[in-house]
Amino acid sequence: MGHSGKDRSVTKQAKVSRRTALQGLGAAGLAAAAQVAPGAVRYAQAQTSAPIKIGFQVHRTGIGAAYGRWYERTTNAAVKLINEAGGIGGRKIELIAEDDGTDPKRGAEVVEKFATQHKVDVVFGTLFSHVVIGSAPRAGELKMPYFVVSEGHHVASGKLNRYVFQPGITDVKSQVISMAPWIASNLGKKVTMIYPDFAFGHDHRNYFSEAIKKQGGEAIALIPIPPTERSFTRYFPKIPSSTEVLYHVMVGPAVLTFVKELGEHFGSKRPKIFGFIDSLEAVNLKSPGLDFLEGTYFWEGYPRYAQANQTDADKFYRSKVGVDDTGASLSDPKDIATYSHMFGCWETLYVIKQAIEASGYKSATLKDKTALIEATEAMKTFEEGKEHPQGKKIFNGKIHQSFGHQNISQVTGSKLKVVHRTSIEDGMYEAEGDYTKMSL
Amino acid sequence: MSVRATAARRNLHRIIVSHGGVIALLFAAQFVIGAYYHLSLTRVMVLATFAVGYNILFGYTGLLSLGHALFFGAGLYGAGIAATQFGVGASGAFVVGIAAGLLLAFALGLIILRTAGVAFMIVTMMFAQAGYLLVLYFGTYTRGDEGFVLKGALREAHLFGFSLNLADPVTRYNLALFLLAACVVGCIALVRSPVGRVLVAIRENEERSRMLGYNTFRYKLFALTLSGTICATAGAAYALLFAYVGATFASIEYSILPLLWVLLGGIGTVLGPVVGTLLMFYLVDVASSYTSAYMLVVGIVLLILIVWAPGGLLGTLRERKIGWLP
Amino acid sequence: MDFGPYLFLAFLEGTVTAAVLALTAVGLSLVFGVMRIVNVAHGEFFMLGAVFAWWCTSLISGYPALGFLAALIVAPLLVGAIAMVSERLILKRLNYNPEGTIVATIALLYIIQQLALIGYGPDARPVEAPITFRIVFPWFGYAGYKLVVVAAAAALLLATWFVLTRTRLGLLMRATQYDRETALAFAIPVDRVYAIVFAVGAMLAAVAAVLIVPIQQAHYLMGNDPLLLSFIVVIIGGLGSIKGTVVAAIVIGMSDGIISVFMTPTLAKIIATLLVAMVLVWRPQGLFGQTAR
Repeated sequence: MGHSGKDRSVTKQAKVSRRTALQGLGAAGLAAAAQVAPGAVRYAQAQTSAPIKIGFQVHRTGIGAAYGRWYERTTNAAVKLINEAGGIGGRKIELIAEDDGTDPKRGAEVVEKFATQHKVDVVFGTLFSHVVIGSAPRAGELKMPYFVVSEGHHVASGKLNRYVFQPGITDVKSQVISMAPWIASNLGKKVTMIYPDFAFGHDHRNYFSEAIKKQGGEAIALIPIPPTERSFTRYFPKIPSSTEVLYHVMVGPAVLTFVKELGEHFGSKRPKIFGFIDSLEAVNLKSPGLDFLEGTYFWEGYPRYAQANQTDADKFYRSKVGVDDTGASLSDPKDIATYSHMFGCWETLYVIKQAIEASGYKSATLKDKTALIEATEAMKTFEEGKEHPQGKKIFNGKIHQSFGHQNISQVTGSKLKVVHRTSIEDGMYEAEGDYTKMSL
Repeated sequence: MSVRATAARRNLHRIIVSHGGVIALLFAAQFVIGAYYHLSLTRVMVLATFAVGYNILFGYTGLLSLGHALFFGAGLYGAGIAATQFGVGASGAFVVGIAAGLLLAFALGLIILRTAGVAFMIVTMMFAQAGYLLVLYFGTYTRGDEGFVLKGALREAHLFGFSLNLADPVTRYNLALFLLAACVVGCIALVRSPVGRVLVAIRENEERSRMLGYNTFRYKLFALTLSGTICATAGAAYALLFAYVGATFASIEYSILPLLWVLLGGIGTVLGPVVGTLLMFYLVDVASSYTSAYMLVVGIVLLILIVWAPGGLLGTLRERKIGWLP
Repeated sequence: MDFGPYLFLAFLEGTVTAAVLALTAVGLSLVFGVMRIVNVAHGEFFMLGAVFAWWCTSLISGYPALGFLAALIVAPLLVGAIAMVSERLILKRLNYNPEGTIVATIALLYIIQQLALIGYGPDARPVEAPITFRIVFPWFGYAGYKLVVVAAAAALLLATWFVLTRTRLGLLMRATQYDRETALAFAIPVDRVYAIVFAVGAMLAAVAAVLIVPIQQAHYLMGNDPLLLSFIVVIIGGLGSIKGTVVAAIVIGMSDGIISVFMTPTLAKIIATLLVAMVLVWRPQGLFGQTAR
């Protein structure tokens, strides 16, 4: 219940401030007017100030709820900020959130609901790949622009449709291949991979084994773990003793067990360990049993701990979302953010804003939607700054996918310290499709 | 004409009017309900077909399966893989999906019908779990949990020279309705046939049916195969209409859901599964628009409903008011 | 790693799984055997046990052993109380109708999961083990606490067996299980026995969860797997047989771990599942069951 109460109050606020929206007024003037007499300007509302409706498909329940909660906080923060600055092309954002239960069937239903009941302008926000893929056909057939924040390779693979975009976060293929050069030259060339035995894990397996081979290395053993597994020790003997680097990526509630059991198994006689932070998103590095991670390495999409060279944009982003310098919630130090993923919501919202403003989008007609899609496809780069705090991105309009910098961090004193930042080119690959050739 | 025969005719008349009425109502609904309900009802009707199929085994034969996701999944993947990897086209894929379910149900029936009662419940669950894991294991073809989409030419079905656009909401709605109506009519015919009466007799007392000379194993195998085939048909239709195939639909959740739909609507009634599916769907849908804690609301409503109508909605109605309901 | 040590590790891990599974399943077996109802919410009682354990240890922070001991007592009691209330309010009212109770316990599952999500949150939270030591074998290291879990579970199972076979309460339960009508005729308060059985069944699940939570963390969706595995164990072992339940728990706990020595884990799980299913096809009454029911 707590969730919904809060959400509704946010929506209400949005409505009140929408009424205060005056076309042509600058953001500062608007804020001043709102402060002086919010009631007085209410009558001046014009027809064209109708809000831009954004359907927010969010994992409030189900296996993705730990991510969904932070996606929601980040999204609310960005929407508030955009609205305070005058909205999108002078129109406020009205955010309508619907829970997809982290389920592809419900996800598809929610897209239908957004399109026909809420009549939103765009749908945005989904994380888990199966929800994205389950919803994408409905979005395409209902001609609903669908911006996902999922890091899956599904969009870039060219297998979805022209209405689906991933402009706010780099996809897993790019993340994985950009890690290989550094791993090969700093940690070792004989790699054993442990990954969940489903599509996300298979992506890691396929793209990394190929990438490490190009570096003169080799994936000497592959250990897929059934996703229903809650205990992992019994699989560790499959790790060959010649392993130089252990590459791990796990998702779901059992990740902490995995890392702990790894520690119990190896003790101090261990290979170099490199993992994807997905294994520890939303988990406190000071949790019991994790001391063993000291000195190991992680991929981070966006450094959880504020670094020595922290940018102003990162400071700004942290304070607005409500995250402290250690990646925990400002209101509860035990509540750890999903820092390497949720920035994608923030950045995607700014891309949506930019695309709508560039396309001259007015209402949900096919003509305007076509213009919006084409305007998004025409985008090339997003510069680092408050709108893109994670860093610069290069957007490939043909495959609807962004490519950004990645980070490799070492656990030092129970904190993550960035030791390497990849170039965007490290993660580039040959495009596998071209959405722009599809009909709208 | 005898009194009994007259009563029987009157009942048949009532059954035709009431069930035909429900189907006609669903047909008429598309012209009045809003766009959203038009879309969601399409999905509900496909899922209701799944429930109707489940009810043949559970409601009329008395075998509680916790593994029907296996059959739904067989239809879903049979159709999906045939369409995307063997290029058989939408109509061909539909047939492949149905055939996959039929063969699987028949072959599995030969093995698992050695068990009954709770053992049957657990054996079906374990085979379904193995099926789910197989989908993950063959991730190269199935893309595991992520699944895959059907698009392009696969959104067009060619049948006897006609071509149907599967992306078109009106076409989809009426295809789903046709599927559900066919299964409901088939189910009534089955229940009223001699075979159906034997199935009910097996449900009530298998030992006695065997003593009376019926080969109960054969009848149960028939019921399981028919039930599995209908569920696979629903699965194949789901893949083709909603253009997505994924492992969630083969998971244990989709074995428990048809059980819940059937129990909620009324076990052993033809329309009960339809009512149960409708109720459950819109309960979640409506409750979720008021609170994100909607499963709490759903749970409470289910409790109230089941205490008030322990035999399910139509089941309790049949007990108390309308005894002729099939 | 060499074959011998590898097998030894699989054996150790299988023992831990089996111990916790046996405890959870004995709880379900009681409910299933005595009351003849399919309790879909059994896994949620397991989950609640873990969540309450986290709550206890976080209240008494700084002294993990003390917090854990408190959890061992408080969590099962709370879960038992919740189970008893739901039994009185709902199952009794349904007159233990087998179909109605399925719907009711599914509803209970939804309610408990949602309440856990609201009250506890979506994160997997760790609970510190009461004692931490690492046993170093020549080939690998192993968490000593896991062996403590095995010992504790064995002790609890023995206690349950003692209560069932050597006490008056146990006698009442067994009489009710054997034949409800006759039990009623002998003036056994069947109604009260049901309430107690339902509560005790839930408490066994809860205590199993408290034991496992320092290894696996508490999460609001953690109840699904123990539910399915418990059902399998209870039926494979033979309904009503504690011995059968324990043997089946060992078979199931060990099988996929040991098979996975020879092949990839998912394939091992598939084969283990099919093999165990075939046991039931071959012996529908279960390993130690008397007759098919």
